[in-house]
Amino acid sequence: MNFTKTVSRAGAVAFVTALSFAMAPAALGADKSGADKPGLTVSNFKLANGLELVVIPDHRAPVVTHMIWYKVGAADETAGKSGLAHFLEHLMFKGTAKHPIGEFSGVVARMGGQENAFTSSDYTGYYQRVPSEQLKVAMAFEADRMTGLVLTDAVVLPERDVILEERNQRMENNPRARLGEQIDAALFLNSPYGRPVIGWRHEMEGLTKDDAIGFYRRFYGPNDAVVVVAGDVEPKEALAYAEETYGKVRPRADIAPRNRPQEPPPAAVRSLTLADPRVEQPMMQRSYLVPSFRLAKPGESEALEVLAHILGTGSNSRLYRALVVDKHIAVSAGAFYDSSAYDMSKFGIAGAPAKDVSLPEFERAADAVIASLIDKGVTDDELDRAKSRLIADAIYAQDNQATMARWYGQALMTGATVDDVQKWPERIRAVTAAQVQNAARLWLDRKRSVTGYLIKDETPAMDKAEQAAPAAAKAEKRS
Amino acid sequence: MMRLLTLAAGAAALALVHVLPAQAMTIEPIVSPSGIKAWLVREQAVPLVALNYAFQGGSTQDPAGKSGAANLVADTLDEGAGELDGKAFHEKMERHAIELSFGVGRDTFHGSLRVLNEHRDEAFDLLRLALSQPRFDADAVERVRAQEMSGLQRDTTNPNSIAGREWWRTAFPDHPYGLESKGSVETVPAITAADLRDYARRVFGRDGLTVSIVGDVDAKTAGELIDRAFGALPEKNDLKPVADVKPAGLGRRIVTEVNVPQAVVTFGSLGIARDDPDFIAGYIDNHILGGGTFSSRLYREVREKRGLAYGVSENLVWFKHAALYLGGTATRADRTAEALSIIEAETRRMAEDGPTADELAAAKDYLKGAYALSLDTSSKIAQQLTQIQLDKLGIDYIQRRGAMIDGVTLADAKRVAKRLYGNGMLVTVAGRPKGLASSTQ
Repeated sequence: MNFTKTVSRAGAVAFVTALSFAMAPAALGADKSGADKPGLTVSNFKLANGLELVVIPDHRAPVVTHMIWYKVGAADETAGKSGLAHFLEHLMFKGTAKHPIGEFSGVVARMGGQENAFTSSDYTGYYQRVPSEQLKVAMAFEADRMTGLVLTDAVVLPERDVILEERNQRMENNPRARLGEQIDAALFLNSPYGRPVIGWRHEMEGLTKDDAIGFYRRFYGPNDAVVVVAGDVEPKEALAYAEETYGKVRPRADIAPRNRPQEPPPAAVRSLTLADPRVEQPMMQRSYLVPSFRLAKPGESEALEVLAHILGTGSNSRLYRALVVDKHIAVSAGAFYDSSAYDMSKFGIAGAPAKDVSLPEFERAADAVIASLIDKGVTDDELDRAKSRLIADAIYAQDNQATMARWYGQALMTGATVDDVQKWPERIRAVTAAQVQNAARLWLDRKRSVTGYLIKDETPAMDKAEQAAPAAAKAEKRS
Repeated sequence: MMRLLTLAAGAAALALVHVLPAQAMTIEPIVSPSGIKAWLVREQAVPLVALNYAFQGGSTQDPAGKSGAANLVADTLDEGAGELDGKAFHEKMERHAIELSFGVGRDTFHGSLRVLNEHRDEAFDLLRLALSQPRFDADAVERVRAQEMSGLQRDTTNPNSIAGREWWRTAFPDHPYGLESKGSVETVPAITAADLRDYARRVFGRDGLTVSIVGDVDAKTAGELIDRAFGALPEKNDLKPVADVKPAGLGRRIVTEVNVPQAVVTFGSLGIARDDPDFIAGYIDNHILGGGTFSSRLYREVREKRGLAYGVSENLVWFKHAALYLGGTATRADRTAEALSIIEAETRRMAEDGPTADELAAAKDYLKGAYALSLDTSSKIAQQLTQIQLDKLGIDYIQRRGAMIDGVTLADAKRVAKRLYGNGMLVTVAGRPKGLASSTQ
């Protein structure tokens, strides 16, 4: 339950797992969060057609954040159609039988609203931030495009160019993002999480209008969606609006349950090296296959959250102190854990070596830090500090309605309940030092991991000219 | 409701009630016991305090040849102060979940603090230590410098950084605005600990300080907290003068070859000063041409109709000594020339014809309504109050803003569009754009 996929301080490494419709990706907050304060009542309803509604009141400003989340993402794409979930997200702005292209956006702009959308492996979401009295209007448009989308090649083909440019911007122009893509592909042997959400270029180029409409008809319906409203609205009012808008949409009878191919037990230590001519700062990133909140035993996911904090969040973390402050062998070092995945998820470490320090040296030093934590455990002081910090974040989150909406939505999309979200601070408080040590011992096993090196490609320019694009640059197995 | 919207969408008939954010919040001007002025918004819903502040004198106060000094100060302030070394300082922050941030713009050194009520004394104490007794220990400075250098080194092959740097350098060749706040691989190694101390001494003065505080505190407590943080600072700063300046190189295009599949384009020109009577009209024109919604002209022409880019936008940017509009996009190499010619044509069309009446009405509605969204968290409110104070807009600006926007006529918008978009642009491109070369000077 953690949006923050960023490790280290200066030279932070961002792990992007969700893509947005427009350029400013994280308009919403990036805080870890929870609901720790007594008195914050979150309401949860289910309409007759299966649509779930969550209402989080915040009456400080006369605005609401209205989000609709569909339980479908890149992991649900048919093989050979990577990028389709995200492509459809873009195409959802192309108009319906009732409201032609541009009308919804025009109305939102006219009310001084903001809107955007995002796609991850597990979900696709759309949101508007609007004056509170306009909530029902936003719901009506959103309910209309739940089943009313109309597409023509005239709008689909230029948009396919847009997502290809988005891939260029996010991936091809960014060596670190390319490394993450290669690591995911190597980590997930069987799970569709190995595919990039944006898609592989050669498959994106072939996506069609019919692919998008087919995907839309398979997955978009009220019984596959959760609406989250945070802000200046009474739960009863929000429910009435939802009944009058979303409530009129017929459920889809044929939405299949999410049964994706699962990972086999990992057996091999994997490493890879990505060489790119633009790399000026080599780096290492390693991801371990670990359980998400949904798949973890009770307390295990929370122990992994605390472990990620102690091992690699901020300047007091084990990795930062050892590698950056004490030994001067790194310029950055950190760790992350993503609890919010429907299937098996990732725990990662990453960092950049200091000048004249090789990546294997960096890796050995990081491994020594992990080994010592597995061997000797964590101190009570570290545990207390980490827990206070994580629990405080739950209160800070309440200052931001958009953060709250995003947190609840993400949790509900990945197998958690409203109650799980509300009790998150309690569960963090209950984590023991022994649980943290056990989590490290059990899950930070090299056989569960892929280690990626990002290095400068020193191949002479003559050879490179024969490669079509950096996309074709090599990602070779190291051992 | 729906039927009304269906019929009225896009037409000026769409009547929407705009609830002003001001109705939900009162700004109190306060003065601390030691005489520091600040704006306070009391907010009891969440048990926290959010502080935002700025000192006059940002990266323009970097010593000659040492651009990046202010930025290095900002990155090192939490690495130890007073009796606390970096480790002890960070442990205190973490134990009490105190968030401190420091940043540098061209004109200001600014910061924020966020803390839960129960730990606010500790937080304001840490801020005092950081600002008035920073240690700048050698090992901390070297560590932070290495991190910055690592980032700057990466920037040398990043097309966004290359296009941006080239733009600023060309627009302001003999002025500190031409240098990037974060410095460069040439200048950051030259900065000494003495430079950092000297910067802190010259810039952190109470006379150049602007403060905003939002949270569960009354005026008296807020004043005490402000003194706790800033009361120990010298009364006066010691800034070197900075000249007013206009961007050079308008009409020029500079292409820097970088081996990337997508070319990055930065474009910009003269803007409108924040205190210019035409500012609001210019702000509206800018929103129509390249502002942040899915309805701007550039978005429609470059992205939606032709699929040339994922993002394209353009904004007014104002400083103390210069005003600009600045925009950018990133587009495939074989169609960069096309994208750029569309941007130039749309800019020219805006200068010649201005917006339509419908566009003007829609932009006004958006700009009035969207303001509430920038005031829906304590931190955002604190930041906005600091900006309003820096821009000298007055404590009633939030109430007046709607009427100021409504007061812009179509004739104003057209006149100002000509003034704003009729000066030619400086364009920098990083990548390998097909058929697009640097212009001769």
